[in-house]
Amino acid sequence: MYTYTDFDEAFVRSRVAQFRAQVERRIDGSLTEDEFKPLRLMNGLYLQLHAYMLRVAIPYGTISARQMRQLAFIADTWDKGYGHFTTRQNIQYNWPALKDVPDMLEALADVQMHAIQTSGNTIRNVTSDHFAGAAGDEEADPRPYAELLRQWSTDHPEFQFLPRKFKIAVTGAEADRAVIRSHDIGLQLVEKEGQLGFKVIIGGGLGRTPMIGKVVRDFLPEADLLPYCEAIVHVYNTLGRRDNKYKARIKITVHENGIDTMRELIEARFKEIRPEFTGVDQELLAGIKAQFATPPLRKGDVAAYEAAYQMDPVFRAWADTNLTAHRDADHAIVTISIKAHGKTPGDATSDQMRLMADLAEEYAHGELRISHEQNVILPHVHKGDLPAIHAALKAAGLGTANIGLASDIIACPGMDYCALATARSIPIAQEIATRVDELKIEHEVGELKIKISGCINACGHHHVGHIGILGLDRAGVENYQVTLGGDHTETAAIGTRMGPGFSAEEIVPAIERLMLAYLDLRDAPQETFLQTFRRLGDAPFKAALYPESEARNAA
Amino acid sequence: MPKPFTPKIVTANALIEGDVIYLTNNGEWSRRHEDARLFNDEEAANAALAAAALQAGEIVGAYLADAAQGTKGPQPTHFRERFRATGPSNYAHGKQVEL
Repeated sequence: MYTYTDFDEAFVRSRVAQFRAQVERRIDGSLTEDEFKPLRLMNGLYLQLHAYMLRVAIPYGTISARQMRQLAFIADTWDKGYGHFTTRQNIQYNWPALKDVPDMLEALADVQMHAIQTSGNTIRNVTSDHFAGAAGDEEADPRPYAELLRQWSTDHPEFQFLPRKFKIAVTGAEADRAVIRSHDIGLQLVEKEGQLGFKVIIGGGLGRTPMIGKVVRDFLPEADLLPYCEAIVHVYNTLGRRDNKYKARIKITVHENGIDTMRELIEARFKEIRPEFTGVDQELLAGIKAQFATPPLRKGDVAAYEAAYQMDPVFRAWADTNLTAHRDADHAIVTISIKAHGKTPGDATSDQMRLMADLAEEYAHGELRISHEQNVILPHVHKGDLPAIHAALKAAGLGTANIGLASDIIACPGMDYCALATARSIPIAQEIATRVDELKIEHEVGELKIKISGCINACGHHHVGHIGILGLDRAGVENYQVTLGGDHTETAAIGTRMGPGFSAEEIVPAIERLMLAYLDLRDAPQETFLQTFRRLGDAPFKAALYPESEARNAA
Repeated sequence: MPKPFTPKIVTANALIEGDVIYLTNNGEWSRRHEDARLFNDEEAANAALAAAALQAGEIVGAYLADAAQGTKGPQPTHFRERFRATGPSNYAHGKQVEL
């Protein structure tokens, strides 16, 4: 894992000191709220419905056991004993008091973490594949590049006042687990004639006008990464619209100017600035790469795993859903579900955080990951240790076997916390998960991505859910729109809106009807919900959603 | 045609804690919605909001919210204000347990 240099350390500490002074000046009245707001946002501090909210970056989703313990300490000391993991690999604290935030930032700095650029019109936390460095299918570990991008983008003088926020995701595999096609820049490591480089995608985004990103460069040599990204953001910074907040993201810039014009401008700027990158960045990268070396994987007996798999049906169900193939056959990638049925998706208590940190330390080389799907991952686990890990997780309410299934729901905080929300998301997620657990159908239904957003900004990725749910305010009542057929992976697609929305009471039965309809409609148990939808189209699913209008039409 | 004026309260968040607060009859801030002063007159509501906005040392983000007279005092009419007056639905946190 990456360890801060003296430069990183000094930078983060000086930002904490600056913010401490800014908070003091706000409290003593020397700064107005208008003056203070951009300063607090630069440090990840929002004001929400009930309280302030501090958003802390977990760069490319990688976190050490020590850092996880510190997150638990912060939750206990200055918040209400829990944290919320988000779809952008951040953790949010929902109840800090303004006066305590500098101390929270100091505590983060103590473990080489920060909240810098987790808000505002800047380049945000660079995200990545949560299986990076462990998955069998990747060209190379994307995280060193993500770290290089983090260093380049942090306090970048040209990019502190972009037209709008800017999000970059990097993956090392063709199988896209980082939603790169919904990012402002999506990067995929690829190999061409023995050389490592990137497929570069720009202009993806969800929100009010969802767009799938477009390829701007099929192959970018590894060494050109920073100048090329700098050229992209430069062109966006120049052309991006500042007249209309809803047209300010690069997806609109690409849409309005066309990908070919964007490519020409980016390539021209790239030519201009390429000579300024003299190779210092590549020396840095080499140093960073060394820090992401795979930990020494032990050899040894996996008999304990095989015995538990044969004997214990609870373990077997968990192993079948929550384990992913590691590139070493004796190891596995463990996904810990932060989606127990009926609980808030992505919320972990401080006790759970400490337990996960302990398990990481004891069994997984001290490393954890946070996924955009709001779960926690132990990336390198010897299979012989899996029964012990499962037992410990189960005892702490973290043993839910539902990864990739109907109750593994992405949900934004919605109107339970967020000042921008138009409806609640969390209770809908809780009720759907509770219902599928009552029906005991999710293992039969199989792979199903349900994603819920509480407003059009789409933090809950509803457009790319197999089933997407969008909460709106319709004449003073919460109303939920359903989209189907979305896909966040390498076959990315924006879901199709089905029809009139549902009330808070109607939405869960409507989702249940969709699942039951799918079980009737599928060709074979192997055909997933998404495949069935793609084969049959809207009609049979609409009929399930709106049985009354179906009955009317038949009459 | 401008929309007819509906009764309003002045609400904001407390500067230090971030708590939801309401402007009362005597010009102070209360954590309880039912303590809020209900303005039936648009001009008076706007004047109170303008005055509140000057209290930057105590409050953040003052605005006018719709409310209706209830038995114990003003009650929220929109669900967003109802959530602000109680707290989140997923935990017993906030006003629903603190007041």
